[in-house]
Amino acid sequence: MKFLKFLILGIIFGIVMAKSEAFSWYRIQEMFRFQAFHMYGIIGTAVILGVLGVFLIKKFNLKDFYGNPITFYPKEKSIVRYLVGGTIFGLGWALSGACPGPMVVNIGYGYLGMIVVFFFAIVGTYLYGYFKDRLPH
Amino acid sequence: MLELIKQTWSWWFSGAAIASIMFFMLFFGQSFGFSANLRTICSAAGCGKSVKFFDFNWKSQIWNLVFLVGAIIGGFIANQFLSNGEPVNISAETIQDLSKMGISAPTSAQPDELFSLNAIFSLKGFLILALGGLMVGFGARYGGGCTSGHAISGLSDLQLPSLIAVVGFFIGGLLMTFVLFPLIF
Repeated sequence: MKFLKFLILGIIFGIVMAKSEAFSWYRIQEMFRFQAFHMYGIIGTAVILGVLGVFLIKKFNLKDFYGNPITFYPKEKSIVRYLVGGTIFGLGWALSGACPGPMVVNIGYGYLGMIVVFFFAIVGTYLYGYFKDRLPH
Repeated sequence: MLELIKQTWSWWFSGAAIASIMFFMLFFGQSFGFSANLRTICSAAGCGKSVKFFDFNWKSQIWNLVFLVGAIIGGFIANQFLSNGEPVNISAETIQDLSKMGISAPTSAQPDELFSLNAIFSLKGFLILALGGLMVGFGARYGGGCTSGHAISGLSDLQLPSLIAVVGFFIGGLLMTFVLFPLIF
């Protein structure tokens, strides 16, 4: 039962990704070609509300539903890993038209080709873990 | 009402919904980051025995795997019950640009040239999907997160590393779209 709330959140996420069309390869192409506001509007709205909400959580030291403080962990300082990792991610995002969340939404929607994409995303994650110590971070 | 739901949802409603999902995660004592699931799956598959990066208590991440299962169900529901069958509503310029590359105008959410069974089982089509997935998975972990972890959660917390990662997402995306696509398609 303790996982039910995450199942419901996931279902809502899947429906939003599909109905906003953010899970579509076409929409990602439109975004990278700067030919519509749609994707920027989605991400921009989420970020603006997110910044506001996180600010309020910190200002009023809000607790979560279990009474524990909500903490934010600063990510480790680096440029190389974020820039290089991010660029590789972006290459894959534009090619496959999906980031990891929308991949599985596509599978549920019936686009079975995304099973190939998702499987190789797992393989890519494995390769990173395998070569991690040899990569600049 | 149902007619309204079946149309393409507006950017402001969709964006607000995504922010709400992030806040619910925080108030449930977790954080919003989808690509962590890829690492969890590797760990659950036993990769921790040979690779230290996957040697952690993956069972503490089951909540996120449940979220992933929910996302699959959400996609199914959207297609079965909330779709009016209209193709994605992209701009005329994009349709024109893509047609020059041999990608036809949308008839659904995804181009047949990439996601039809014929495409998946052709060598070139398979390689495109496999390579795309490989780079997303590798890049997400190398860069420490994906769109949800960096662009939504990280930027909301005004984290500089996330901004650098998002800049990287766009360097990669633009490079693929404007430099590599003309060579691939």
